[in-house]
Amino acid sequence: MLKETADYITFDLLGFTPGTNLGESLDFFLYDTTKIFLLLTTIIYVVAIIRTSFPPEKTKRILSHKREYIGNVLAALLGIVTPFCSCSAVPLFIGFVESGVPLGVTFSFLISSPMVNEVALIMLWGLFGWKIALIYIGTGLIVAIAAGIVIGKLKMEKYVQDYVWKMQVGNAEIIVMSFREKLDYAREYTLELLKKIWPYVVVGVGLGAFIHGFVPQDFLAKWAGRDNPFAVPVAVALGVPLYSNAAGVIPIVHALMEKGMAIGTVLAFMMAVTALSLPEAIILKNVLKNRLLAVFFGIVAMAIVCVGYLFNAIL
Amino acid sequence: MKIEVLGTGCSKCKSLYENAKMAVQESGKSAEVVKVEEIPKIMAYGVMSTPALVVDGQVRFTGKVASVAEIMGVL
Repeated sequence: MLKETADYITFDLLGFTPGTNLGESLDFFLYDTTKIFLLLTTIIYVVAIIRTSFPPEKTKRILSHKREYIGNVLAALLGIVTPFCSCSAVPLFIGFVESGVPLGVTFSFLISSPMVNEVALIMLWGLFGWKIALIYIGTGLIVAIAAGIVIGKLKMEKYVQDYVWKMQVGNAEIIVMSFREKLDYAREYTLELLKKIWPYVVVGVGLGAFIHGFVPQDFLAKWAGRDNPFAVPVAVALGVPLYSNAAGVIPIVHALMEKGMAIGTVLAFMMAVTALSLPEAIILKNVLKNRLLAVFFGIVAMAIVCVGYLFNAIL
Repeated sequence: MKIEVLGTGCSKCKSLYENAKMAVQESGKSAEVVKVEEIPKIMAYGVMSTPALVVDGQVRFTGKVASVAEIMGVL
């Protein structure tokens, strides 16, 4: 129905001719923006309600003194539902390790939480379809679990800043919200998030629409196609400075895929955008010594590059 | 009464601080509103998601910018 409305506005009301560059771009833009905003509003709202039942204090209790493997799996899964903002990364990290959550398990959480986030998933689902969204969730969890296990095995506790281990952590009781409060929280959260990301979505979809309409087919096949072995690492490196702009980046990448960018490269690029961010690294420097910070980034980047090669090979 | 706004200085923490000051003003109660930005002090309350609001040593809101009305409800 959205498609018909977009067609009607573009070709009947505004009189563009189907098949022309400008007409196709505009049609694409109208259809994609309405679809994405509808999805974003409903799903962010629902996810926000679910999240009110998983405050980080509760997640910490579930994960504390868990063994590796099972702890890493749980941490990656809880990363999806526990609300996380990189500005809280320091208190969250200290709270976790102080209450006996193993270091590797803590990292599984820190990797999965920003990577498998609802905005990225909605954009992927809306533009690429549910299969790609599911592949993204699945591989994202595997990257978080595997990287956490490796970091745990490396026994890097001494590369956590020393003061972290000496910190006295109080035991705040978990604040239980009434259902009414949960709905209020979810409404505010949704509005706040939409207010923050809408310009990125509009610009992203706009650029995507332009690429869709004006860039020749197979334009990128030569450079970003599956035959170029450098495409995946370059995509990962490019993703780092574009942190947390999944909303703006995904529509552009979607259009680039139509023009010949390989799917593994696309997935790797998006994971790098969400999981590897410079500001988060700067914040985490407060609790991690350089060596552990470098190991963390290195292992996650390597895991993401592997995902890229794997999907370029099998899909 | 002492109201503490916990947070390491992000924009949300500033909004919560403003809301807390407004709430105090509107309620007409006498209360001191202070920002707490040092990690050890934040951790001493066991708070893991900032911004958080503490009234007389008791954590009332975590991980959100409570509205003026909400804050007035716990004064």
